[in-house]
Amino acid sequence: MNNSQRSGFGAPKPSAASAPQGSPLAQIPKVLLLLMLCATTVAGFLWLPAAEGFRNPALARIVVFHVPCSIVASIASGVTMWYAIAYLATRRPMHDVKSRVSAELSLLFWILTTVTGAIFAKAQWGTYWNWDIKQGAIILLLMIYAAYFALRSAITDERKQAVIGAAYGIFATLCVPFLTYILPNSTPDTLHPKGTITTKDGLSPEYKLVLWVGVLGLTLVYVWVWRQHVALDAIRSRLAARRTPPPASGFVIVETGQ
Amino acid sequence: MIQTKSDAGAAGASTSATVSRWVDCAAAVFAKELRVELRTRYALSAVVLFAVITVVMVSAVLVGASVRGDVKAALVWIILLFAALSGLSRVFVREEEAGTAAILRLTAPSSAVFAGKLLFNLALIGVVELVSVPLFLLLMPVEKLQLGLLLAVLAMGGAGLASAATFTAALIAHAASGKSALHAIISFPVLMPLALLAVQATVGAFDAIPVHILRARNDVGVLGAYAIVMTTASFLLFEYVWHE
Repeated sequence: MNNSQRSGFGAPKPSAASAPQGSPLAQIPKVLLLLMLCATTVAGFLWLPAAEGFRNPALARIVVFHVPCSIVASIASGVTMWYAIAYLATRRPMHDVKSRVSAELSLLFWILTTVTGAIFAKAQWGTYWNWDIKQGAIILLLMIYAAYFALRSAITDERKQAVIGAAYGIFATLCVPFLTYILPNSTPDTLHPKGTITTKDGLSPEYKLVLWVGVLGLTLVYVWVWRQHVALDAIRSRLAARRTPPPASGFVIVETGQ
Repeated sequence: MIQTKSDAGAAGASTSATVSRWVDCAAAVFAKELRVELRTRYALSAVVLFAVITVVMVSAVLVGASVRGDVKAALVWIILLFAALSGLSRVFVREEEAGTAAILRLTAPSSAVFAGKLLFNLALIGVVELVSVPLFLLLMPVEKLQLGLLLAVLAMGGAGLASAATFTAALIAHAASGKSALHAIISFPVLMPLALLAVQATVGAFDAIPVHILRARNDVGVLGAYAIVMTTASFLLFEYVWHE
């Protein structure tokens, strides 16, 4: 909690996430979201028929949990990149907070994707890990995010932390296409089914319905948690600014000293 | 570089002056790195000795074992990557430790600084490859070696390795402590595609199976593309990192 950075927020306006918390009406979307997630889980286990064309049809149901996790993780990664670029362009501290919080959630959803994928791989392909293209991509993403947080935690100054973190995030993400699209071209075999959710005969309508409801529900969970975290960070910085008088940053000292 | 582009329409004479100043700056940074390195021989001795020790160790451990070409390709690149990473992180850390970074920021365009450092790291990787790869081939001979292909892979792989590692070195110069360990940690995700491509291409150069040679030629092109992408991204992002 370096104050020189925190004070950069000035007086943040109350975030939209902290709107009318007290009124019972505000709870309705949360209840609906809870019901939606419950419905997806129950439908995934009980309503969906066993998937045909898999070595272990009953266990293929994990696809309705695995695919939404990967889609939400991709969305979170995209948001991380977007705000990293926005931060480098505008230097508004709020953009860095949004990028960092999204990176944390992205890492969480990538881990969930990896775990569900590994369970699926054991059931269908025989081993937990077999260096399929998408497994290679995901291990690279996990490494990038782990390195991103290791790098940030090694830098004490918060402004430097933000700039260096954003630059590394953008730089490292450029490597992903090499592993996901270019390298596999010389070894064309993949175990992942292609066009599962985009083609007409990839999945049965029941599967598609449950899967897309799951995607919507998880995306809403992501957006909700992300906004809560960003709002929490704004409150923390306001508190920190209130406790201490506005500190002089390094640049101010240099200029007045001369 | 950015300056030269924006000034291009203004006047021909000032453009050429800016370009020659940029080249002078880059050359001065490179010459300074070289002089400091020849004075202390820190990176050179660390990196080259690391590579030599590892090659000798690998060949001593595997004596009598029949090692396939693809395993040898993997060993060569593992040795090169680890040796390179132990020395490439010094270029920017050295400026911070000597307290010369601020003067350099004021006097030279950031892209020229990066170009000078990149050239030095390229030279360092060149030396490492020149020492360790022949030694490796001497101790663990490869029968049907495709020399031209191997040289192309080493050149392209070395270029990509240098630009990626130079940029990550600029990032960790801001870190508080544990810099060399951190450099390895943040470089590995970036270098993983390079390592996989380079090993795949070296397999073709070592076992001389026609399909593998064909694939290796393609991989050399991809390695070149990787080097171009990494270099471009480094030059674009370095300005933000350097002036922090």
